[in-house]
Amino acid sequence: MKRRWNWALWLGFIFVAAGFITYPFFVLFPVTRDFPWANLLLFGTGGILLVLGLARAFGRPQVYHGKIFGPILAVLTLLAFTLFGYGVFYELRQMPASAGAPRVGEKAPEFSLPDQNGKPVALADLLSGSRGAVLIFYRGHW
Amino acid sequence: MRSFQQRLPEFEARGIRVVGISVDPPDVNERQSQKLGYTFPLLSDPNAKVIRRYDVLHPGAGPKGADIARPAEFLLDSNGIIHWVNLTGNIAVRARPEQVLEALN
Repeated sequence: MKRRWNWALWLGFIFVAAGFITYPFFVLFPVTRDFPWANLLLFGTGGILLVLGLARAFGRPQVYHGKIFGPILAVLTLLAFTLFGYGVFYELRQMPASAGAPRVGEKAPEFSLPDQNGKPVALADLLSGSRGAVLIFYRGHW
Repeated sequence: MRSFQQRLPEFEARGIRVVGISVDPPDVNERQSQKLGYTFPLLSDPNAKVIRRYDVLHPGAGPKGADIARPAEFLLDSNGIIHWVNLTGNIAVRARPEQVLEALN
């Protein structure tokens, strides 16, 4: 009897790969960036399908393919998930303490910096005639 | 920053100015403003002098180990007194405009 194609393995791996490579897309939206649930959902779905595929490949090898590709895809999945977890749950959280940053109730340090047209903008300019200001420090585009 | 641009009218209605500060030079900021349609100023601090003064430097986190700013947001009142501050523990998680608007109320 011809053995059947083990689709669960491949579909599972496609989900895992999608969970990994869609990170730059989902990071664009605060809802999926603050906690990467969309990526984790893809990883989880892929993982379940892979386990199903592996169970078929090793449980019923006379019916299903996948005894060779199954373990290879499973190892690749573990690598992708480890790398993702390290990046998102460790690397992104390596932040300086900023213990000396001005605190609530303190006066914000004065500054004058050029804007995108090269025109100097001082904190005093931002505050004159306004009711306050939001300073957003960001990593930049380089 | 995109979300702050989207909600900018609400800040303007409350008389609050919004500015971005990074190590990017003015020409990069000009390009970014054009590309993303920012109408609030992007200020340039290439030597991270002001970034250091606010202790929001992330040493070596930029390209080729350059010092850059970490994400941080300060809300000041009209006297320059800090009213609200957000120092994130995760580079990917930054203040949302609604948090700042809420701090204003």
